[in-house]
Amino acid sequence: MHPIRKKRLTIVLFLLAGIGVAVALTTYALRQNINLFYDPSQIAAGDVPQDVRIRAGGMVEEGSVIRDPDSLKVEFRVTDFNSSVPVEYNGILPDLFAEGQGVVAMGKLNGQGRFVADQVLAKHDENYMPPEVADALEKASKGQHKAGETAQPQSY
Amino acid sequence: MWQLFHKLGSPKWFYGIATRLMPWLLVGGALLLLAGIVWGLAFAPKDYLQGNSYRIIFIHVPTAFLAQSVYIMMAVAAVVTLVWRMKLADVFVKAVAPVGLVLTFLALFTGAVWGKPTWGTWWIWDARLTSMLILLFLYGGVIALDRAINDEKSAARAVAVLVLVGVVNIPIIKYSVEWWNTLHQPATFKLTEKPSMPAEMWVPLLLSVLGLYLIFGWLACLRMQTEIIAREQRTRWVKDLVMAGRH
Repeated sequence: MHPIRKKRLTIVLFLLAGIGVAVALTTYALRQNINLFYDPSQIAAGDVPQDVRIRAGGMVEEGSVIRDPDSLKVEFRVTDFNSSVPVEYNGILPDLFAEGQGVVAMGKLNGQGRFVADQVLAKHDENYMPPEVADALEKASKGQHKAGETAQPQSY
Repeated sequence: MWQLFHKLGSPKWFYGIATRLMPWLLVGGALLLLAGIVWGLAFAPKDYLQGNSYRIIFIHVPTAFLAQSVYIMMAVAAVVTLVWRMKLADVFVKAVAPVGLVLTFLALFTGAVWGKPTWGTWWIWDARLTSMLILLFLYGGVIALDRAINDEKSAARAVAVLVLVGVVNIPIIKYSVEWWNTLHQPATFKLTEKPSMPAEMWVPLLLSVLGLYLIFGWLACLRMQTEIIAREQRTRWVKDLVMAGRH
């Protein structure tokens, strides 16, 4: 390669490496601000300020949703399978809200460790499947569950 | 290899090649895109959770994918401009920047339309959406900077540096969903694993991505030809070409 071109190429590579390092350090320093939400483990560990508007995200715990029959009030627990946080919300939930699905809630953590949300968004995961496949999977897992239950005494 | 590289430096040679390639790119791209979109929108099974609203993926993913690919291609061309001072590389950057802008806008727009019923909001400042918005501004900045500098050579170098600075945003877009907590879901397609989607959904998606690539190739050739003719209007071969077209 021509020496001038070689020099230019070196400059370009240094430019790219320099910008890369600068941006990497900046985003690393700002990582807590770039994170959209706190997960329940962080909330349980006390990393989260009280009475400040924050977002909390995780899975809606199975069997934890309690709906008030007379109003839009709803209570549920958000979990990351290590710890979980109780959430209160008064409003319309998105269509995809369901037990076992991801959510991101915006609101404040009160003194009792309860999260009072004023907005709840559904977080969709990366899995897509036709309804028939989903049904079949559910049946299969239930079948396995039953088989497991009946098989358990024998494995004593 | 190097011979081809040097030939690429000749706008006249590229003009001829592009003219021969374009019909294939257009026909192939249109067929693939049409097949992918029709299959995806009308025949692919619906999703167990989202029902039919997930079908926007057949437009959202190809545009978002291409928007990032186009930027990477522009960055490669920018290196060629800065190191080898090849005119054609600069022609490419100028020709495709508006295409990239439109693709990025479409990705953001279809994402917002899908986000409203799925997440419950049009927009959220999470890392994926914000970095994609930065990509939109980068494309806008490239176009604006190019228009702002009158001298062709200075414009080419300034634009190339801007494109290179902006290329750090591409890995950020790609990995934003893994490095940080975001509302946007992680990628359904990974190079190393099976897609988290059955074949009757990902095959039409793949067809539309490939189709859009070919359509982009066609559009890039067309826009580059226009730019070449504008730049080389005083040369002999362009005059001959125009005269031949008149008869």
